[in-house]
Amino acid sequence: MSEVALTAEVLLEHEVGLHARPSVKLTKLAKTFQSRIEVSSGPDGPWIDAKSIVKVMAARAPKGTVLHFRAAGEDARTALDALVALVRNDFETGAAGEAE
Amino acid sequence: MTGAPAPGPELVGRAASPGLAAGPVVVVDRVVAGTRPAGDPDAEAARLLQALETASAQIAGLMETVDAEAAEMLEFQLAMLEDEELTAPARAAIAGGASAAAAFAGALDAAIADYRASDDEYFRARSADLADIRERVLRALSGEEGAAVAAAGAVLVGTDLTPTRFLETDWSAGGGIVLAEGSPSSHVAMLARARGVPMVTGLGAFDTSDLKEALVDGDSGRVRFNPDEVARRQHASLAQALAREAEAAKTYLGRPAVTACGVPVSVMINVAAPAEIDTLDPAHCDGIGLMRTEFLFHGPGGLPDEDSQYRAYRKVLEWAGGRSVTIRTLDAGGDKPVPGLTVEESNPFLGCRGIRLSLRRPDVFRVQLRALARAGCHGNLQVMLPMVSVPEEIAEAARLLDGCVAELRSEGYEAVRPPLGIMVEVPAVAVTPERFAAAAFFSIGSNDLTQYVLAAGRDSPDVAALGRADDPAVLALVASTLRGGATAGLPVGLCGDAGSDLAVLPKLLACGLRRVSVAPAALARVKAAIAGMRLGDDG
Repeated sequence: MSEVALTAEVLLEHEVGLHARPSVKLTKLAKTFQSRIEVSSGPDGPWIDAKSIVKVMAARAPKGTVLHFRAAGEDARTALDALVALVRNDFETGAAGEAE
Repeated sequence: MTGAPAPGPELVGRAASPGLAAGPVVVVDRVVAGTRPAGDPDAEAARLLQALETASAQIAGLMETVDAEAAEMLEFQLAMLEDEELTAPARAAIAGGASAAAAFAGALDAAIADYRASDDEYFRARSADLADIRERVLRALSGEEGAAVAAAGAVLVGTDLTPTRFLETDWSAGGGIVLAEGSPSSHVAMLARARGVPMVTGLGAFDTSDLKEALVDGDSGRVRFNPDEVARRQHASLAQALAREAEAAKTYLGRPAVTACGVPVSVMINVAAPAEIDTLDPAHCDGIGLMRTEFLFHGPGGLPDEDSQYRAYRKVLEWAGGRSVTIRTLDAGGDKPVPGLTVEESNPFLGCRGIRLSLRRPDVFRVQLRALARAGCHGNLQVMLPMVSVPEEIAEAARLLDGCVAELRSEGYEAVRPPLGIMVEVPAVAVTPERFAAAAFFSIGSNDLTQYVLAAGRDSPDVAALGRADDPAVLALVASTLRGGATAGLPVGLCGDAGSDLAVLPKLLACGLRRVSVAPAALARVKAAIAGMRLGDDG
């Protein structure tokens, strides 16, 4: 990312890790923001596009992973807050900041 | 070939869903990419885009018509399909001169292989979703080349069938399913039985190139392709007779089942998914003898939380009014793996399944027990433990249940402590039922009991003929269980397929059985048959 990116991290506690349903919710939410958003299972990457379910599924993050997000763009802060809230709420609908 | 196709031989497979079907054949085998030469890259890219849009629209449409569990699975497929990452390799191949179909098939085959190679079982299972996507897009691509879309009433013929293909097929005008592979215990077979679609599996490889029409007998497992006039007439008259019988049977639905000699028999239903009861009148049955809970554990979101389980159980209890509802705790393992929970075993039917798995995973089991204790406030609930083989398993489960009830009340929840009964499917229980008198009731699981007594696996077509539920050894164990139950003052029922097998049912009643639980589709047939039975005449 060329712009200055904001970062956030959150512990993934979902029982089966970042699998189908959590990945659907995470990418759907990420896509509602303008910012470029990336996610990684470690502070040093590899960084993947948080708006791509194919990439997010391929990361195969298990339960207990600390997910790192970084976002660059006008709504980067809001995006990070919403994504962290989603993971923290165990991907339940109705989580703060969730789209739809 | 010109003229009428040659009459095919009669093939025999494994009956997976009862009933007769006759109709035009639609071959649903794995779509091949085809050999159509590629047009110019821009045109091929446009064709792919068009097909992707068609596929997305189809999935979105299908989502409107299915229950929440299936909708979640479809939502995942839709998200994958709409992700450009999925199609990036295909677009690169098109730029290199490939046809849209070859490029997309290649890209998906690589992704499917990648998922299948994972050592995570849950991840591997998602390869089925990608295979579903692959088929759908290839079908959309070949649509303009005249690919078969199953009209209502068609007989779907193929190697295997995906659940989504079943869900999107119009079964309103009948139709059937004939598979070279597949299994009566597959997800699709379960859907077929619930929907009343005749189905035969395990026919082995056969040539599908010249099939026009099929006659399917889902009771005997017989299939005849391209029948001659004689076979067609025979089938039609048999179907008419069965339809008349079914119509007549319906008149028994609203009445309690009583044999011709005046013996009342309680007839309950087995429920595999809550959607099955949406169109059923609870007054037509004496309650739910078996509600399975595996469906809750197969959503793409992984293991279900307490609230979603509570809602599902409560819905069924409210549907039943005050009628008895027996909910079985998770029966995973064996032929029913659950991602993130079951372990792979070389001999899963003798492995860590049912209550054995639940007791090893109290973290998961307690969530289910808590949900059940809360739901119990909304009806007449009994809880049933599967695969019990020693009395200590009942004691251990009872201790966990008591703990959950106390915990819920201390948290301010309303909760009841439901009676805890057991499945009798391990021969050890049927041989010495008196040791299991701590249970509140016995429910004979005839499918597993039969396979264990005769050492004939349910998943093996080669030994299927050995595994008869009316084998004298099985009937002796049914009688033993009934005696044990009577001595201990416990109600005894039967919730396996034997209860709806009209050749076996009279023998079970002759053993003294007075309570059966059957698939909703079999309810009318079973009640009508009971009305015609005289105990003591046979068996």
